Amino acid sequence: MAKINGIVIELLQGTTILQYLDTHKFNLDYIAVECNGDIIPKSQYNEKVIESEDIIEIVNFVGGG
Amino acid sequence: MKIKLNGKLTETECNSVYQLCDSLFKKFENTTVIINSFQLKSDRSIKENDEIFLIDKNKMPEKEELSAMLFARHTPKIHEKIQNSRVAVAGLGGLGSHIAVSLARTGVGILHLIDFDVVEPSNLNRQQYMINHLGMYKTDALKEEILQINPFVKIITHNVQVNKSNIYELFKEDFIICEAFDDPKAKATLVNGILTQFTNKKIVASSGMAGFDSSNSIITKKINGNFYICGDGKTEAKEGRGLMAPRVSICAGHQANMILRLILGYDNI
Repeated sequence: MAKINGIVIELLQGTTILQYLDTHKFNLDYIAVECNGDIIPKSQYNEKVIESEDIIEIVNFVGGG
Repeated sequence: MKIKLNGKLTETECNSVYQLCDSLFKKFENTTVIINSFQLKSDRSIKENDEIFLIDKNKMPEKEELSAMLFARHTPKIHEKIQNSRVAVAGLGGLGSHIAVSLARTGVGILHLIDFDVVEPSNLNRQQYMINHLGMYKTDALKEEILQINPFVKIITHNVQVNKSNIYELFKEDFIICEAFDDPKAKATLVNGILTQFTNKKIVASSGMAGFDSSNSIITKKINGNFYICGDGKTEAKEGRGLMAPRVSICAGHQANMILRLILGYDNI
């Protein structure tokens, strides 16, 4: 089971980062995704399948500064 | 014994700060005494290798003394690392303007300031600018201000909007980058750009510091060895919930302190 933002999540096998982000209504322009210590380039969201041991952090940027 | 007096190696026979003041025809009560980066309130004995600054109150120091005096409150030994560091600050609004000033006061050697905007009246509710800066590029206004605080910082400015394709050229010389934009898309673009186009740079970013929620909900979080983020992660600026100086400054303080820690080799939060 993968861990996303600190929570253990059961996903259908073969779920990609992009599918997960779409399901959870993330705005792709406002995020950075880190998986097991590496930043996933946006161009790979569609290819990268979430594996059961993956530890993922989705950083969502909100406006203000 | 040998001491360092106002930045110069000096031989002295004085055993106390009072005696030292006397020997230089200074009155202790008219002198600010900094000893080993700490301001002295009453007399104490002097030890070998003490670093002492005697600064006459209400008097403009000679130029050559100024550098040593500005650095009097800087902690010996760690100051050299800070002086040799270089930090890029991208976005010079409520976060970036305070972060840059804070780093300049701390003695960072080179500041690389990036923004495309000009100072306008609505900035003054939370940003480090003044009425006389209205209409100036933020890069120029902040440079002017920083040099009034610490004239020994080297400042590099770029009046440019950061996008995916200029990130490499803009930041290739910087080791530590501070993301201090207002716009969430710009924030994400810079963070993704730095962390995918380079492998050895550290970025300290921000998200969520609008309104007046608890100060204590603003934290520093380490995402990985090169990526830190400060803020509460959720409180965006929106209609009815603007950006206010206290909370924006708290977040700026978090970012500046994390940057300082990275400069000094501490990579945990």
